[in-house]
Amino acid sequence: MTHVLEARNLVRDYHIPGSLFRKARTVHALKGVSFSVDEGKTLAIVGESGCGKSTLGRIITLIDPATAGELLIDGKKVDIARDGLTTEMRRKVQIVFQNPYGSLNPRQKIGDILAEPLVINTKVPAAERRERAMTMLKKVGLEEKHYNRYPHMFSGGQRQRIAIARALMLNPKLLVLDEPVSALDLSVQAQVLNLLADLQDEFKLTYVFISHDLSVVRYIADDVMVMYYGEAVEYGSRDEVFSNPQHSYTKTLFAATPRADVASIKARLARKNAA
Amino acid sequence: MALLEIENLVVEFQTATGPFRAVDGVSLKVHESEVLAIVGESGSGKSVSMLAAMGLLPWTARVTADKLAFNGRDLLKMPSAERRKIVGKDIAMIFQEPIASLNPCFTVGFQIEEVLRIHMGLDRAARRKRAIELFEAVGIPDPGERLGHFPHQMSGGQCQRVMIAIALACNPKLLIADEPTTALDVTIQKQILDLLMKLQQEYRMGLIMITHNMGVVAETADRVVVQYKGRKIEEADVLSLFESPKSNYTRALLAALPENATGDRLPTISELFNEQQTLEGAAR
Repeated sequence: MTHVLEARNLVRDYHIPGSLFRKARTVHALKGVSFSVDEGKTLAIVGESGCGKSTLGRIITLIDPATAGELLIDGKKVDIARDGLTTEMRRKVQIVFQNPYGSLNPRQKIGDILAEPLVINTKVPAAERRERAMTMLKKVGLEEKHYNRYPHMFSGGQRQRIAIARALMLNPKLLVLDEPVSALDLSVQAQVLNLLADLQDEFKLTYVFISHDLSVVRYIADDVMVMYYGEAVEYGSRDEVFSNPQHSYTKTLFAATPRADVASIKARLARKNAA
Repeated sequence: MALLEIENLVVEFQTATGPFRAVDGVSLKVHESEVLAIVGESGSGKSVSMLAAMGLLPWTARVTADKLAFNGRDLLKMPSAERRKIVGKDIAMIFQEPIASLNPCFTVGFQIEEVLRIHMGLDRAARRKRAIELFEAVGIPDPGERLGHFPHQMSGGQCQRVMIAIALACNPKLLIADEPTTALDVTIQKQILDLLMKLQQEYRMGLIMITHNMGVVAETADRVVVQYKGRKIEEADVLSLFESPKSNYTRALLAALPENATGDRLPTISELFNEQQTLEGAAR
Protein backbone atom coordinates (compact mmCIF):
# COMPACT_ATOMS: atom_id res chain seq x y z
CA MET A 1 0.00 0.00 0.00
CA THR A 2 1.26 3.45 -0.79
CA HIS A 3 1.37 6.05 1.92
CA VAL A 4 -0.85 9.11 1.64
CA LEU A 5 2.11 11.22 2.52
CA GLU A 6 5.75 10.37 2.40
CA ALA A 7 8.74 12.63 2.89
CA ARG A 8 12.27 11.60 2.06
CA ASN A 9 15.07 13.69 3.44
CA LEU A 10 13.33 17.04 3.16
CA VAL A 11 15.62 20.03 3.40
CA ARG A 12 14.65 23.67 3.48
CA ASP A 13 17.06 26.58 3.61
CA TYR A 14 16.06 30.20 3.84
CA HIS A 15 18.45 32.72 2.38
CA ILE A 16 18.52 35.96 4.27
CA PRO A 17 19.81 38.64 1.89
CA GLY A 18 22.60 40.83 3.14
CA SER A 19 22.27 44.55 3.71
CA LEU A 20 24.53 47.45 4.47
CA PHE A 21 24.96 46.24 8.04
CA ARG A 22 24.71 42.52 7.75
CA LYS A 23 26.22 39.78 5.65
CA ALA A 24 23.96 37.47 3.73
CA ARG A 25 23.39 34.18 5.50
CA THR A 26 21.46 30.96 5.20
CA VAL A 27 19.12 29.54 7.80
CA HIS A 28 18.79 25.77 7.71
CA ALA A 29 15.18 25.41 8.82
CA LEU A 30 14.90 21.74 7.94
CA LYS A 31 17.91 19.47 7.83
CA GLY A 32 16.70 16.30 6.17
CA VAL A 33 13.43 14.98 7.60
CA SER A 34 11.82 11.71 6.55
CA PHE A 35 8.50 10.19 7.54
CA SER A 36 5.35 8.63 6.15
CA VAL A 37 1.67 8.67 7.08
CA ASP A 38 -0.99 6.15 6.09
CA GLU A 39 -4.59 6.85 5.26
CA GLY A 40 -6.83 7.68 8.20
CA LYS A 41 -3.89 8.08 10.58
CA THR A 42 -2.58 11.04 12.51
CA LEU A 43 1.05 12.05 12.65
CA ALA A 44 1.85 14.60 15.33
CA ILE A 45 4.82 16.87 14.93
CA VAL A 46 6.08 18.25 18.24
CA GLY A 47 8.72 20.79 19.04
CA GLU A 48 9.29 24.27 20.37
CA SER A 49 9.07 27.48 18.40
CA GLY A 50 11.80 27.78 15.82
CA CYS A 51 12.35 24.03 15.46
CA GLY A 52 11.05 23.98 11.89
CA LYS A 53 7.66 22.36 12.44
CA SER A 54 5.71 25.11 10.74
CA THR A 55 8.21 25.17 7.85
CA LEU A 56 7.54 21.48 7.45
CA GLY A 57 3.80 22.18 7.56
CA ARG A 58 4.15 24.73 4.76
CA ILE A 59 6.10 22.29 2.61
CA ILE A 60 3.55 19.52 3.11
CA THR A 61 0.72 21.95 2.30
CA LEU A 62 2.56 22.87 -0.91
CA ILE A 63 2.88 26.52 0.06
CA ASP A 64 6.68 26.51 -0.01
CA PRO A 65 8.88 24.19 -2.05
CA ALA A 66 11.55 22.13 -0.34
CA THR A 67 15.17 22.98 -1.14
CA ALA A 68 16.05 19.32 -1.49
CA GLY A 69 14.50 15.95 -0.85
CA GLU A 70 11.34 14.30 -2.08
CA LEU A 71 7.74 14.78 -1.14
CA LEU A 72 5.28 12.11 -2.23
CA ILE A 73 1.56 12.59 -1.95
CA ASP A 74 -0.57 9.54 -2.75
CA GLY A 75 2.56 7.89 -4.05
CA LYS A 76 3.18 10.61 -6.61
CA LYS A 77 6.20 12.81 -6.47
CA VAL A 78 5.39 16.50 -6.07
CA ASP A 79 7.80 19.29 -6.83
CA ILE A 80 6.10 22.68 -6.87
CA ALA A 81 9.35 24.51 -7.52
CA ARG A 82 9.64 22.77 -10.92
CA ASP A 83 6.08 21.94 -11.96
CA GLY A 84 4.05 24.56 -10.17
CA LEU A 85 0.93 23.72 -8.26
CA THR A 86 -2.04 22.18 -10.04
CA THR A 87 -5.58 22.57 -8.73
CA GLU A 88 -5.69 18.80 -8.51
CA MET A 89 -2.86 18.81 -5.98
CA ARG A 90 -4.42 21.68 -4.09
CA ARG A 91 -7.57 19.62 -3.70
CA LYS A 92 -5.65 16.86 -1.97
CA VAL A 93 -3.97 18.89 0.74
CA GLN A 94 -5.49 21.59 2.91
CA ILE A 95 -4.42 23.38 6.08
CA VAL A 96 -5.99 24.79 9.23
CA PHE A 97 -3.99 27.56 10.84
CA GLN A 98 -3.37 28.28 14.47
CA ASN A 99 -5.07 31.62 14.91
CA PRO A 100 -8.75 31.58 13.93
CA TYR A 101 -8.85 35.35 14.40
CA GLY A 102 -6.26 35.95 11.71
CA SER A 103 -7.01 33.25 9.18
CA LEU A 104 -10.53 34.32 8.16
CA ASN A 105 -11.08 37.39 6.00
CA PRO A 106 -13.07 39.82 8.19
CA ARG A 107 -14.85 41.30 5.19
CA GLN A 108 -16.13 38.05 3.76
CA LYS A 109 -19.31 36.33 4.86
CA ILE A 110 -19.00 32.78 6.14
CA GLY A 111 -20.76 31.43 3.06
CA ASP A 112 -18.28 33.15 0.77
CA ILE A 113 -15.35 32.00 2.88
CA LEU A 114 -16.49 28.41 2.51
CA ALA A 115 -17.23 28.68 -1.21
CA GLU A 116 -13.90 30.36 -2.04
CA PRO A 117 -11.85 27.15 -2.40
CA LEU A 118 -14.45 25.85 -4.87
CA VAL A 119 -14.35 29.07 -6.89
CA ILE A 120 -10.59 28.92 -7.17
CA ASN A 121 -10.03 25.24 -7.72
CA THR A 122 -13.14 23.84 -9.37
CA LYS A 123 -15.82 24.68 -11.92
CA VAL A 124 -18.73 23.94 -9.62
CA PRO A 125 -21.70 26.25 -10.39
CA ALA A 126 -22.83 28.81 -7.83
CA ALA A 127 -25.98 27.00 -6.71
CA GLU A 128 -24.07 23.85 -5.92
CA ARG A 129 -21.31 25.79 -4.17
CA ARG A 130 -23.92 27.25 -1.89
CA GLU A 131 -25.42 23.88 -1.19
CA ARG A 132 -22.08 22.28 -0.43
CA ALA A 133 -21.14 25.16 1.88
CA MET A 134 -24.44 24.71 3.76
CA THR A 135 -23.85 20.98 4.18
CA MET A 136 -20.31 21.52 5.42
CA LEU A 137 -21.50 24.20 7.84
CA LYS A 138 -23.82 21.70 9.47
CA LYS A 139 -21.13 19.00 9.47
CA VAL A 140 -18.87 21.08 11.67
CA GLY A 141 -21.64 21.83 14.12
CA LEU A 142 -22.81 25.24 12.95
CA GLU A 143 -26.24 26.19 11.62
CA GLU A 144 -27.72 27.47 8.39
CA LYS A 145 -28.41 30.85 9.89
CA HIS A 146 -24.66 31.39 10.26
CA TYR A 147 -24.20 31.38 6.49
CA ASN A 148 -24.57 35.13 6.01
CA ARG A 149 -22.67 36.27 9.07
CA TYR A 150 -19.19 37.76 9.31
CA PRO A 151 -16.26 36.21 11.20
CA HIS A 152 -16.28 38.83 13.98
CA MET A 153 -19.70 37.56 15.05
CA PHE A 154 -18.27 34.21 16.12
CA SER A 155 -16.30 32.98 19.12
CA GLY A 156 -12.83 31.51 18.79
CA GLY A 157 -14.08 27.93 18.83
CA GLN A 158 -16.72 28.63 16.19
CA ARG A 159 -14.17 30.36 13.99
CA GLN A 160 -11.87 27.37 14.23
CA ARG A 161 -14.84 25.23 13.12
CA ILE A 162 -15.28 27.54 10.13
CA ALA A 163 -11.59 27.24 9.28
CA ILE A 164 -11.88 23.46 9.45
CA ALA A 165 -15.00 23.55 7.26
CA ARG A 166 -13.18 25.67 4.67
CA ALA A 167 -10.28 23.23 4.63
CA LEU A 168 -12.68 20.34 4.02
CA MET A 169 -14.63 21.99 1.18
CA LEU A 170 -12.47 20.35 -1.49
CA ASN A 171 -12.68 16.90 0.11
CA PRO A 172 -8.93 16.71 0.74
CA LYS A 173 -7.22 13.48 1.68
CA LEU A 174 -4.66 15.15 3.83
CA LEU A 175 -5.24 17.88 6.37
CA VAL A 176 -2.38 19.79 7.98
CA LEU A 177 -3.42 21.18 11.37
CA ASP A 178 -0.98 23.83 12.57
CA GLU A 179 -1.64 24.19 16.31
CA PRO A 180 -5.41 24.17 15.76
CA VAL A 181 -6.41 24.19 19.43
CA SER A 182 -3.66 26.12 21.19
CA ALA A 183 -5.58 29.42 20.99
CA LEU A 184 -8.73 27.87 22.47
CA ASP A 185 -10.12 27.41 25.96
CA LEU A 186 -10.07 23.98 27.54
CA SER A 187 -13.78 23.25 27.03
CA VAL A 188 -13.72 24.50 23.43
CA GLN A 189 -10.51 22.59 22.81
CA ALA A 190 -12.28 19.37 23.78
CA GLN A 191 -15.13 20.11 21.37
CA VAL A 192 -12.80 20.88 18.45
CA LEU A 193 -10.69 17.77 19.12
CA ASN A 194 -13.87 15.68 19.12
CA LEU A 195 -14.98 17.29 15.88
CA LEU A 196 -11.62 16.45 14.28
CA ALA A 197 -11.95 12.84 15.42
CA ASP A 198 -15.50 12.61 14.02
CA LEU A 199 -14.45 14.07 10.68
CA GLN A 200 -11.47 11.76 10.47
CA ASP A 201 -13.74 8.75 10.90
CA GLU A 202 -16.29 10.01 8.41
CA PHE A 203 -14.00 11.11 5.56
CA LYS A 204 -11.04 8.79 6.22
CA LEU A 205 -8.88 11.89 6.61
CA THR A 206 -5.16 11.80 7.20
CA TYR A 207 -3.93 14.38 9.67
CA VAL A 208 -0.57 16.00 10.18
CA PHE A 209 -1.03 17.59 13.58
CA ILE A 210 1.51 20.24 14.51
CA SER A 211 1.52 21.04 18.20
CA HIS A 212 3.62 21.80 21.21
CA ASP A 213 1.06 20.51 23.68
CA LEU A 214 2.04 16.97 24.59
CA SER A 215 -1.20 16.09 26.36
CA VAL A 216 -3.17 16.87 23.19
CA VAL A 217 -0.66 14.95 21.08
CA ARG A 218 -0.86 11.91 23.32
CA TYR A 219 -4.63 11.98 22.97
CA ILE A 220 -4.92 12.41 19.20
CA ALA A 221 -1.81 10.98 17.52
CA ASP A 222 -1.00 7.58 16.10
CA ASP A 223 2.60 8.44 15.33
CA VAL A 224 4.75 11.15 16.87
CA MET A 225 7.74 12.98 15.50
CA VAL A 226 9.75 15.23 17.80
CA MET A 227 11.72 17.97 16.12
CA TYR A 228 14.64 19.96 17.45
CA TYR A 229 16.55 22.58 15.46
CA GLY A 230 15.35 21.33 12.10
CA GLU A 231 16.00 17.69 12.74
CA ALA A 232 13.67 14.86 13.67
CA VAL A 233 15.25 13.63 16.88
CA GLU A 234 12.57 11.08 17.64
CA TYR A 235 10.06 9.33 15.41
CA GLY A 236 7.85 6.40 16.24
CA SER A 237 4.42 5.24 17.29
CA ARG A 238 2.78 7.20 20.07
CA ASP A 239 3.18 4.48 22.66
CA GLU A 240 6.85 3.94 21.83
CA VAL A 241 7.69 7.61 22.04
CA PHE A 242 5.73 8.29 25.22
CA SER A 243 6.72 5.18 27.12
CA ASN A 244 10.34 5.03 26.08
CA PRO A 245 11.75 8.32 24.78
CA GLN A 246 15.27 7.91 23.42
CA HIS A 247 16.58 11.38 22.76
CA SER A 248 17.53 13.69 25.61
CA TYR A 249 15.45 16.54 24.16
CA THR A 250 12.31 14.40 24.19
CA LYS A 251 12.97 13.58 27.82
CA THR A 252 13.40 17.27 28.63
CA LEU A 253 10.16 18.01 26.86
CA PHE A 254 8.27 15.37 28.83
CA ALA A 255 9.78 16.52 32.10
CA ALA A 256 8.74 20.12 31.37
CA THR A 257 5.11 19.30 30.70
CA PRO A 258 3.06 20.14 33.76
CA ARG A 259 1.22 17.19 35.23
CA ALA A 260 -2.30 17.56 36.55
CA ASP A 261 -2.67 14.28 38.41
CA VAL A 262 -3.13 13.79 42.13
CA ALA A 263 0.05 11.79 42.63
CA SER A 264 2.33 14.48 41.25
CA ILE A 265 0.57 17.17 43.31
CA LYS A 266 1.15 15.08 46.43
CA ALA A 267 4.81 14.67 45.52
CA ARG A 268 5.21 18.40 44.98
CA LEU A 269 3.53 19.31 48.28
CA ALA A 270 5.70 16.79 50.09
CA ARG A 271 8.83 18.34 48.53
CA LYS A 272 7.65 21.79 49.53
CA ASN A 273 6.95 20.83 53.13
CA ALA A 274 10.33 19.18 53.41
CA ALA A 275 12.13 22.26 52.13
CA MET B 1 -3.94 38.85 58.75
CA ALA B 2 -4.50 38.33 55.08
CA LEU B 3 -2.28 40.19 52.63
CA LEU B 4 -5.02 40.88 50.14
CA GLU B 5 -8.63 40.63 51.15
CA ILE B 6 -11.46 40.99 48.68
CA GLU B 7 -15.08 40.74 49.67
CA ASN B 8 -18.01 40.81 47.28
CA LEU B 9 -16.17 42.47 44.41
CA VAL B 10 -18.38 43.59 41.55
CA VAL B 11 -17.04 45.06 38.30
CA GLU B 12 -19.42 46.47 35.71
CA PHE B 13 -18.65 47.91 32.30
CA GLN B 14 -20.97 50.39 30.65
CA THR B 15 -21.83 49.16 27.18
CA ALA B 16 -24.27 50.31 24.51
CA THR B 17 -26.73 47.66 25.66
CA GLY B 18 -26.53 48.56 29.34
CA PRO B 19 -24.14 47.56 32.09
CA PHE B 20 -22.23 44.30 31.70
CA ARG B 21 -21.19 42.51 34.85
CA ALA B 22 -17.73 41.04 34.33
CA VAL B 23 -17.14 40.13 37.98
CA ASP B 24 -20.12 39.27 40.14
CA GLY B 25 -19.56 39.07 43.84
CA VAL B 26 -16.12 37.48 44.13
CA SER B 27 -14.48 37.15 47.53
CA LEU B 28 -11.00 35.88 48.16
CA LYS B 29 -8.02 36.15 50.47
CA VAL B 30 -4.31 35.71 49.95
CA HIS B 31 -1.94 35.24 52.86
CA GLU B 32 1.75 35.91 53.14
CA SER B 33 3.94 33.39 51.27
CA GLU B 34 0.91 31.64 49.86
CA VAL B 35 0.28 30.72 46.24
CA LEU B 36 -3.30 31.19 45.16
CA ALA B 37 -4.35 30.11 41.68
CA ILE B 38 -7.37 31.63 40.01
CA VAL B 39 -8.59 29.31 37.26
CA GLY B 40 -11.20 29.94 34.63
CA GLU B 41 -11.79 30.15 30.93
CA SER B 42 -11.74 33.37 28.95
CA GLY B 43 -14.56 35.63 30.08
CA SER B 44 -14.61 34.24 33.60
CA GLY B 45 -13.47 37.57 35.00
CA LYS B 46 -10.25 36.27 36.46
CA SER B 47 -8.02 38.96 34.99
CA VAL B 48 -10.58 41.74 35.49
CA SER B 49 -10.90 41.08 39.21
CA MET B 50 -7.14 41.36 39.65
CA LEU B 51 -6.90 44.46 37.47
CA ALA B 52 -9.63 45.95 39.67
CA ALA B 53 -7.55 45.21 42.75
CA MET B 54 -4.59 46.93 41.09
CA GLY B 55 -6.76 49.88 40.01
CA LEU B 56 -5.74 49.40 36.39
CA LEU B 57 -9.17 49.28 34.80
CA PRO B 58 -10.30 52.09 32.47
CA TRP B 59 -12.73 54.71 33.74
CA THR B 60 -15.66 52.98 32.03
CA ALA B 61 -15.49 50.25 34.66
CA ARG B 62 -17.47 50.59 37.86
CA VAL B 63 -15.74 48.80 40.72
CA THR B 64 -17.55 48.20 44.00
CA ALA B 65 -16.66 45.93 46.86
CA ASP B 66 -17.58 45.49 50.49
CA LYS B 67 -13.90 45.25 51.15
CA LEU B 68 -10.79 45.55 49.02
CA ALA B 69 -7.94 45.73 51.45
CA PHE B 70 -4.20 45.29 51.14
CA ASN B 71 -2.36 44.73 54.40
CA GLY B 72 -5.40 45.98 56.28
CA ARG B 73 -5.70 49.24 54.33
CA ASP B 74 -8.73 49.80 52.13
CA LEU B 75 -7.57 50.44 48.56
CA LEU B 76 -10.88 51.83 47.33
CA LYS B 77 -11.14 54.55 49.97
CA MET B 78 -7.60 55.91 49.86
CA PRO B 79 -6.69 58.82 47.55
CA SER B 80 -5.29 57.71 44.22
CA ALA B 81 -1.85 59.21 44.86
CA GLU B 82 -1.62 57.09 47.98
CA ARG B 83 -2.76 54.04 46.08
CA ARG B 84 -0.14 54.49 43.37
CA LYS B 85 2.53 54.26 46.04
CA ILE B 86 1.35 50.77 46.87
CA VAL B 87 0.55 49.52 43.38
CA GLY B 88 3.77 48.74 41.55
CA LYS B 89 5.73 48.69 44.79
CA ASP B 90 4.03 46.39 47.28
CA ILE B 91 1.70 44.81 44.74
CA ALA B 92 3.30 44.01 41.42
CA MET B 93 1.88 42.34 38.36
CA ILE B 94 3.28 40.26 35.51
CA PHE B 95 1.23 40.35 32.34
CA GLN B 96 0.45 37.69 29.81
CA GLU B 97 2.32 38.86 26.76
CA PRO B 98 5.86 39.73 27.70
CA ILE B 99 6.80 41.27 24.38
CA ALA B 100 3.68 43.44 24.21
CA SER B 101 3.88 44.67 27.78
CA LEU B 102 7.40 46.08 27.49
CA ASN B 103 7.78 49.45 25.80
CA PRO B 104 9.55 48.89 22.46
CA CYS B 105 10.99 52.43 22.42
CA PHE B 106 13.16 52.12 25.52
CA THR B 107 15.91 49.76 26.59
CA VAL B 108 14.96 47.16 29.17
CA GLY B 109 17.51 48.77 31.47
CA PHE B 110 15.66 52.09 31.29
CA GLN B 111 12.37 50.38 32.03
CA ILE B 112 13.59 48.57 35.11
CA GLU B 113 15.47 51.62 36.41
CA GLU B 114 12.34 53.73 35.98
CA VAL B 115 10.59 51.63 38.62
CA LEU B 116 13.55 51.91 40.96
CA ARG B 117 13.68 55.69 40.49
CA ILE B 118 9.99 56.31 41.11
CA HIS B 119 9.34 53.90 43.96
CA MET B 120 12.71 53.53 45.67
CA GLY B 121 14.31 56.91 44.93
CA LEU B 122 17.71 55.36 44.24
CA ASP B 123 20.46 57.36 42.54
CA ARG B 124 21.85 56.42 39.15
CA ALA B 125 24.69 54.18 40.31
CA ALA B 126 22.53 52.38 42.87
CA ARG B 127 19.81 51.85 40.28
CA ARG B 128 22.21 50.24 37.87
CA LYS B 129 23.66 48.05 40.54
CA ARG B 130 20.22 46.89 41.67
CA ALA B 131 19.07 46.32 38.06
CA ILE B 132 22.06 44.05 37.44
CA GLU B 133 21.31 42.22 40.67
CA LEU B 134 17.70 41.68 39.61
CA PHE B 135 18.66 40.44 36.16
CA GLU B 136 21.01 37.97 37.81
CA ALA B 137 18.24 36.85 40.15
CA VAL B 138 15.91 36.02 37.27
CA GLY B 139 18.65 34.24 35.33
CA ILE B 140 19.45 36.60 32.47
CA PRO B 141 23.01 35.92 31.35
CA ASP B 142 25.41 38.85 30.98
CA PRO B 143 23.12 41.38 32.74
CA GLY B 144 25.35 44.44 32.33
CA GLU B 145 25.26 44.05 28.58
CA ARG B 146 21.57 43.13 28.47
CA LEU B 147 20.46 46.34 30.23
CA GLY B 148 21.27 48.23 27.06
CA HIS B 149 19.14 46.00 24.86
CA PHE B 150 15.68 46.74 23.47
CA PRO B 151 12.81 44.27 23.93
CA HIS B 152 12.87 43.22 20.28
CA GLN B 153 16.44 42.02 20.68
CA MET B 154 15.35 39.44 23.24
CA SER B 155 13.35 36.23 23.00
CA GLY B 156 9.89 35.77 24.54
CA GLY B 157 11.28 33.88 27.51
CA GLN B 158 13.95 36.53 28.13
CA CYS B 159 11.32 39.29 27.94
CA GLN B 160 9.20 37.47 30.51
CA ARG B 161 12.26 37.31 32.77
CA VAL B 162 12.67 41.06 32.35
CA MET B 163 9.01 41.53 33.28
CA ILE B 164 9.52 39.42 36.39
CA ALA B 165 12.63 41.41 37.27
CA ILE B 166 10.66 44.66 36.94
CA ALA B 167 7.85 43.27 39.08
CA LEU B 168 10.34 42.17 41.74
CA ALA B 169 12.32 45.40 41.66
CA CYS B 170 10.74 46.87 44.80
CA ASN B 171 10.47 43.61 46.76
CA PRO B 172 6.69 43.38 46.50
CA LYS B 173 4.69 41.65 49.21
CA LEU B 174 2.20 40.42 46.68
CA LEU B 175 2.88 39.37 43.11
CA ILE B 176 0.05 38.86 40.64
CA ALA B 177 1.00 36.79 37.63
CA ASP B 178 -1.59 36.96 34.86
CA GLU B 179 -1.04 33.94 32.59
CA PRO B 180 2.73 34.35 32.86
CA THR B 181 3.58 31.40 30.64
CA THR B 182 0.74 31.15 28.13
CA ALA B 183 2.73 32.53 25.20
CA LEU B 184 5.80 30.41 25.91
CA ASP B 185 7.11 26.98 24.95
CA VAL B 186 6.74 24.21 27.53
CA THR B 187 10.45 24.02 28.26
CA ILE B 188 10.58 27.79 28.81
CA GLN B 189 7.33 27.60 30.76
CA LYS B 190 8.95 25.14 33.13
CA GLN B 191 11.93 27.46 33.66
CA ILE B 192 9.71 30.48 34.32
CA LEU B 193 7.45 28.59 36.73
CA ASP B 194 10.43 27.18 38.61
CA LEU B 195 11.89 30.67 38.80
CA LEU B 196 8.64 32.17 40.10
CA MET B 197 8.27 29.46 42.75
CA LYS B 198 11.88 29.85 43.85
CA LEU B 199 11.60 33.62 44.17
CA GLN B 200 8.23 33.31 45.89
CA GLN B 201 9.75 31.12 48.60
CA GLU B 202 12.89 33.18 48.90
CA TYR B 203 11.09 36.49 49.40
CA ARG B 204 8.05 34.92 51.14
CA MET B 205 5.75 36.73 48.75
CA GLY B 206 2.06 36.15 48.32
CA LEU B 207 1.57 35.00 44.75
CA ILE B 208 -1.64 35.03 42.74
CA MET B 209 -1.41 32.87 39.66
CA ILE B 210 -4.08 33.60 37.07
CA THR B 211 -4.25 30.79 34.54
CA HIS B 212 -6.49 28.57 32.47
CA ASN B 213 -3.98 25.74 32.44
CA MET B 214 -4.80 23.00 34.95
CA GLY B 215 -1.26 21.67 34.68
CA VAL B 216 0.17 25.00 35.82
CA VAL B 217 -2.26 25.01 38.74
CA ALA B 218 -1.22 21.53 39.78
CA GLU B 219 2.47 22.47 39.62
CA THR B 220 2.32 25.72 41.57
CA ALA B 221 -0.73 26.41 43.71
CA ASP B 222 -1.42 25.96 47.43
CA ARG B 223 -5.03 27.02 47.13
CA VAL B 224 -7.28 27.36 44.09
CA VAL B 225 -10.27 29.54 43.22
CA VAL B 226 -12.34 28.45 40.23
CA GLN B 227 -14.26 31.18 38.43
CA TYR B 228 -16.94 30.97 35.79
CA LYS B 229 -18.78 33.88 34.17
CA GLY B 230 -17.67 36.31 36.83
CA ARG B 231 -18.65 34.15 39.80
CA LYS B 232 -16.59 32.14 42.17
CA ILE B 233 -17.64 28.53 41.70
CA GLU B 234 -15.31 26.75 44.04
CA GLU B 235 -12.47 27.35 46.42
CA ALA B 236 -10.31 24.57 47.80
CA ASP B 237 -6.74 23.61 48.52
CA VAL B 238 -5.02 22.19 45.50
CA LEU B 239 -5.04 18.55 46.51
CA SER B 240 -8.72 18.34 47.38
CA LEU B 241 -9.63 20.24 44.23
CA PHE B 242 -7.97 17.64 42.03
CA GLU B 243 -8.90 14.69 44.24
CA SER B 244 -12.52 15.46 44.94
CA PRO B 245 -13.85 18.53 43.13
CA LYS B 246 -17.14 19.64 44.64
CA SER B 247 -18.58 21.63 41.78
CA ASN B 248 -19.79 20.09 38.55
CA TYR B 249 -17.95 22.73 36.59
CA THR B 250 -14.58 21.88 38.13
CA ARG B 251 -15.28 18.22 37.51
CA ALA B 252 -16.09 19.02 33.88
CA LEU B 253 -12.90 21.08 33.50
CA LEU B 254 -10.79 18.22 34.81
CA ALA B 255 -12.56 15.67 32.63
CA ALA B 256 -11.95 17.78 29.52
CA LEU B 257 -8.17 17.51 29.99
CA PRO B 258 -6.85 15.32 27.17
CA GLU B 259 -4.57 13.44 29.58
CA ASN B 260 -7.59 12.28 31.57
CA ALA B 261 -9.34 10.98 28.47
CA THR B 262 -10.87 7.55 28.55
CA GLY B 263 -12.24 6.20 25.30
CA ASP B 264 -11.78 7.92 21.97
CA ARG B 265 -13.86 11.07 22.55
CA LEU B 266 -13.41 13.76 25.16
CA PRO B 267 -16.35 14.67 27.36
CA THR B 268 -17.27 18.28 26.62
CA ILE B 269 -18.04 20.72 29.35
CA SER B 270 -21.59 21.44 28.26
CA GLU B 271 -22.48 17.74 28.54
CA LEU B 272 -21.23 17.50 32.05
CA PHE B 273 -22.64 20.43 33.88
CA ASN B 274 -25.77 22.46 34.13
CA GLU B 275 -24.85 26.11 33.84
CA GLN B 276 -27.88 27.53 35.59
CA GLN B 277 -27.56 25.18 38.52
CA THR B 278 -23.88 25.87 38.91
CA LEU B 279 -24.27 29.62 38.86
CA GLU B 280 -27.10 29.52 41.39
CA GLY B 281 -25.12 27.27 43.66
CA ALA B 282 -21.99 29.42 43.27
CA ALA B 283 -20.17 29.92 46.52
CA ARG B 284 -20.72 33.53 47.42
